[in-house]
Amino acid sequence: MTQFLQQIINGLSLGSIYALIALGYTMVYGILKLINFAHGEVFMVGAYTGYYAAGALGVAAYEQHGQNFPLYLALIVLIAAMAGAAALGVTIEFLAYRPVRNAPRLTPLITAIGVSLFLQNAGMLLFSPNPQRYPAILSEVRFEVFGVIVTNIKLTIFVVALCLMLGLHLFVQKTWTGRAMRALSFNIDAAKLMGIDTNRVIRSTFAIGSALAAAGGILFGLDQITINPLMGVLTGLKAFVAAVLGGIGSIPGAVIGGLLIGLAEQLTAGYLSPAYRDAITFVILIVILLLKPEGLLGVVRVEKV
Amino acid sequence: MKRTLLRIAIAAGVLLVIYGLQLGVEQGLTEYVQRIVLLAGINVILAVGLNLINGTTGQFSIGHAGFMAVGAYGAAYVGVQIAGSVHSLLGPGRLADGVIFNLALLAGALFAGLSGLIVGMPSLRLRGDYLAVVTLGFGEIIRILFNNAAFLGSATGYFGDDPSGLPTYTNFFWVFAWVTVIVVLIYNLTFSQTGRSLTAIREDEIAAEAMATPTTRLKVIAFAISAATAGIAGGLFAHMQAGVRPEDFRFEKSIDMIVMIIVGGLGSISGAILGGIFVAVSLELMRDLQQYRLVLYALLLIVIMIVRPQGLLGTRELNRLFVRKPKPRAEGT
Repeated sequence: MTQFLQQIINGLSLGSIYALIALGYTMVYGILKLINFAHGEVFMVGAYTGYYAAGALGVAAYEQHGQNFPLYLALIVLIAAMAGAAALGVTIEFLAYRPVRNAPRLTPLITAIGVSLFLQNAGMLLFSPNPQRYPAILSEVRFEVFGVIVTNIKLTIFVVALCLMLGLHLFVQKTWTGRAMRALSFNIDAAKLMGIDTNRVIRSTFAIGSALAAAGGILFGLDQITINPLMGVLTGLKAFVAAVLGGIGSIPGAVIGGLLIGLAEQLTAGYLSPAYRDAITFVILIVILLLKPEGLLGVVRVEKV
Repeated sequence: MKRTLLRIAIAAGVLLVIYGLQLGVEQGLTEYVQRIVLLAGINVILAVGLNLINGTTGQFSIGHAGFMAVGAYGAAYVGVQIAGSVHSLLGPGRLADGVIFNLALLAGALFAGLSGLIVGMPSLRLRGDYLAVVTLGFGEIIRILFNNAAFLGSATGYFGDDPSGLPTYTNFFWVFAWVTVIVVLIYNLTFSQTGRSLTAIREDEIAAEAMATPTTRLKVIAFAISAATAGIAGGLFAHMQAGVRPEDFRFEKSIDMIVMIIVGGLGSISGAILGGIFVAVSLELMRDLQQYRLVLYALLLIVIMIVRPQGLLGTRELNRLFVRKPKPRAEGT
């Protein structure tokens, strides 16, 4: 029972990272019907931006003296990473996706694969292909509840992710831009006719999705201790599966899908074998495509000519 | 009857020419150049096969290295298993070697085709880009599986029972005999009625379905054929390297294949052939720039997509350059 609870705790914290990344996939797909393959790499760049920001703020000195990195500096690291990734996301959209937005659907897909590949390999040149130890911008405190070990890091991951998702929910439901986003995902041509500046809304979608992915990147670094330039490939794939599981285009669906994928992965690693933890996501994807391709919360759309 | 005879005569003639060329190649070219030529041939098989699904049918696979891996391991394993009984039946010699090699290649193609069916059936039922994600996942997972499969040598790779590795059956003759067979098969398929249905699926799936085209079945068949050809290429590759290693089939390999078909023109068989040769040669030329290679490939993909998304040839074929083709209709609803 204790082991089971332990896996649940770990699964929820991992799953909330997936959920943060899945939001970016689902938002972009909802509007442009494009699988943004580069999203996993934006997540990776976010983690590295946090890594260098923490370095610039002198995290090494704190670690040497055994002091805790101040919380306000940790927040600055988070914000810097989110801003950096948002800028990257908007740049990708402007340089690579906008020119091919109205092309047949294979063209943007191949472009997205190209951007993803470019960032992976540029990352290996810039950041070195070797894994880097993530700086302790949050020092670990362990405490035990009913025999289950909970660390403040897992707790922070869960809370930060939850706050960001709530913020996104409020943004999408309550603000003008949020409403415009929903209008675009409903019908982009009609939205244009209603006087919505679609380019601006798409830009904001990329900025927000990328910022959330960067937050996921920092939390991932805290959780997994090391980061590397290829970390976005598998994590991005899992987050995409999370988006499909929840129903692609649906924001609450992405959150539920992310948490479920995280739980499934941890339970597989705990009870079957750690070797299968990556394979289980793929099995889930096949099963969901066979049984309920629109996902848990997705709507069935009739294709019209 | 007469036509069948004529075709057999042509096939025999082509094989003779390839055999003659092989003698020339083995005499006249250094081993280094020979290796590039063989790789170019294998690339052509990969590109022509991938083009059938990515180009002609318009369903995007980005994990074809996985099918190549299945074919490579399958061919290597089966080749080693059947070698003993074939040798006891036919005795040693080139005839027995050829029989073993081709049976092994066919077995590899069968395994790859079957895994194509398994991957394709759930993902091709749907419209959209799911195939890309599923194949990406498949390519990664299959490598993890081979990495952990003890009877296939795990991470070190599979080299057969002999300490010197797998027999290196792959030579100029076999590679280009298979290139010819596969190019002819795919060419005939592409310009058959089925091939036109595949093109119809690419151009407008809803309209194709309205014309009673069994879209899902055709997509799955095309995908399985494409996977099987990648399996053949894998088997040839395995018997060239004298062994199979999981890291030979990383994501980069799939990207190489995509570059081959996009540079030449998605949907063009001659384009795929040119692209396969381009990648084999450019890999050698960029050997010193290894770490920049993929950055350049990535930029090449993006720039081609923005500037000339149809690639070098578009969907034209070199031998049909002067056949007038109706302009494809612009996509829209």
